Amino acid sequence: MRKNQVAVVGAAETTELGVIPGASQLQLHADAALNAIADAGLKLSDIDGFATAVETPQQVCHYLGIKPTWVDGTSVGGCSFMLHVRHAAAAIEAGLCKTVLITHAESGKSMIGKQPRFTAADSLNGQFEAPYGVYGPPSMFPIPVLRFMKTYGITHEQLASVAVVQREWAAKNPRAMMKDPITVADVLNSRMIAYPFRLLQCCLVTDGGGALILTSADRARDFPRKPVYIMGTGESVETPMVSQMETFNSSRAFKTAGPLAFKEAGITHGDVDHLMIYDAFAHLPLFGLGDLGFMPYEETGRFIAEGNTRPGGKLPLNTNGGGLSYMHSGMYGMYALQESVRQMRGIAPAQVPNAKISVCHGVGGMFAASGTIVFTNEK
Amino acid sequence: MAEPQRARPKPTPETQHFWDGTKAGELRLQRCDACAHVYFPPRPFCPSCASRKVSVFKASGKGFLYSYVINHRPAAPGFTPPYAIAVVELDEGPRMMSNIIDCPQTPEALELDMKLEVAFQELDDKIALPVFRPAKG
Repeated sequence: MRKNQVAVVGAAETTELGVIPGASQLQLHADAALNAIADAGLKLSDIDGFATAVETPQQVCHYLGIKPTWVDGTSVGGCSFMLHVRHAAAAIEAGLCKTVLITHAESGKSMIGKQPRFTAADSLNGQFEAPYGVYGPPSMFPIPVLRFMKTYGITHEQLASVAVVQREWAAKNPRAMMKDPITVADVLNSRMIAYPFRLLQCCLVTDGGGALILTSADRARDFPRKPVYIMGTGESVETPMVSQMETFNSSRAFKTAGPLAFKEAGITHGDVDHLMIYDAFAHLPLFGLGDLGFMPYEETGRFIAEGNTRPGGKLPLNTNGGGLSYMHSGMYGMYALQESVRQMRGIAPAQVPNAKISVCHGVGGMFAASGTIVFTNEK
Repeated sequence: MAEPQRARPKPTPETQHFWDGTKAGELRLQRCDACAHVYFPPRPFCPSCASRKVSVFKASGKGFLYSYVINHRPAAPGFTPPYAIAVVELDEGPRMMSNIIDCPQTPEALELDMKLEVAFQELDDKIALPVFRPAKG
């Protein structure tokens, strides 16, 4: 795909984030969509392309009253929205549609109008993982961590520092769910969830949503907000079974999606001013830093523990507070994208001064899928 | 009221040989007749070279502890926390999720790379689940 041909011209989260007992999941989609449409100065009838995950495109389009000529229901977990951005950019470039709305919402905490997740007993996961006591992401996502730690000499304290640093970012963000400062000792003394991970190393469970609007770069100049260009994109999937990953020393999906996006954007790691790595759990930023090629895996834990990703550090990472402290409704990728767009517009609560290139890297399932978007505010 | 039950696998035509094997006290894997790739979970073709000529064989049942978590909460139905959810690397190459029995469910006792051997837990009269215990000697 050619770089900088498509731009984000509308971006918004739901009016509220956190605990939202007054709205169903479907209504949260609509709330985010209406906010993004207002942000872009558009009317619903201007939308001719639509993408969403978990909820079907027909469900959300009918509820909103949208009549699309292009739809994408790719649903590969929390990074689905990175894949939607990639697919939408290709569709706009190919002339299949002009203005794409991407929505996410999840009543992850209040569970209003949310279908329960279910693993069929005759699926491969149902036969070869469920009988061993896996029960939700905390029992599965951290399974690779001990091997990763042993291979690369990563310490428990370094993994705890991920949560500490992200809380520093969250403290600067009025919309973050958790803002009180924490220490490495606080993390290591918090309640055990699934060894080696404790409560403060696991993502929040909240309600919320977000929406993006994309159009061609040529049209983007006429919109009220500063355009944020899609500079590079990548995607991949590996396996829905965490036990069947090729290795626990890296993620194949990360290692495919990330470098694709960097290559398409034509950038090197030194060009990156701002970075988002989907942090459902504290090990993901370490995998991301290694798999995206920022540094050898052995250095990832020390890099974060020594403060390089904190406010004022040389590689600002997860500047909204991340899934650990900002919010995590279940599919966090949309919120990572929103923060990258805010940073590129120059309006983030913890704005990185003069940031021109933002890399936004997502995960779906337990390392099952990945999507990476490189944004820039300069064409 | 009955105790909440541990999730039970339900075989499909492609996996029936595996579950027939565990019922007979064997851990069965598949090997590609064309490229010799050994793989898991079961399927009637080779995921490496796509050949449909594959054979089922009895694996050694030996392997080592590749990684694990010790789950505290929330516990799955039928499990009493804390319990380890492990991934075992078999001597033949494939990895599989499992539980570690006859071993304290602690970080001190569960050492990465420790040698393991297969055992079978009868869940009901149809399903025996492969689990692993520390290898003797």
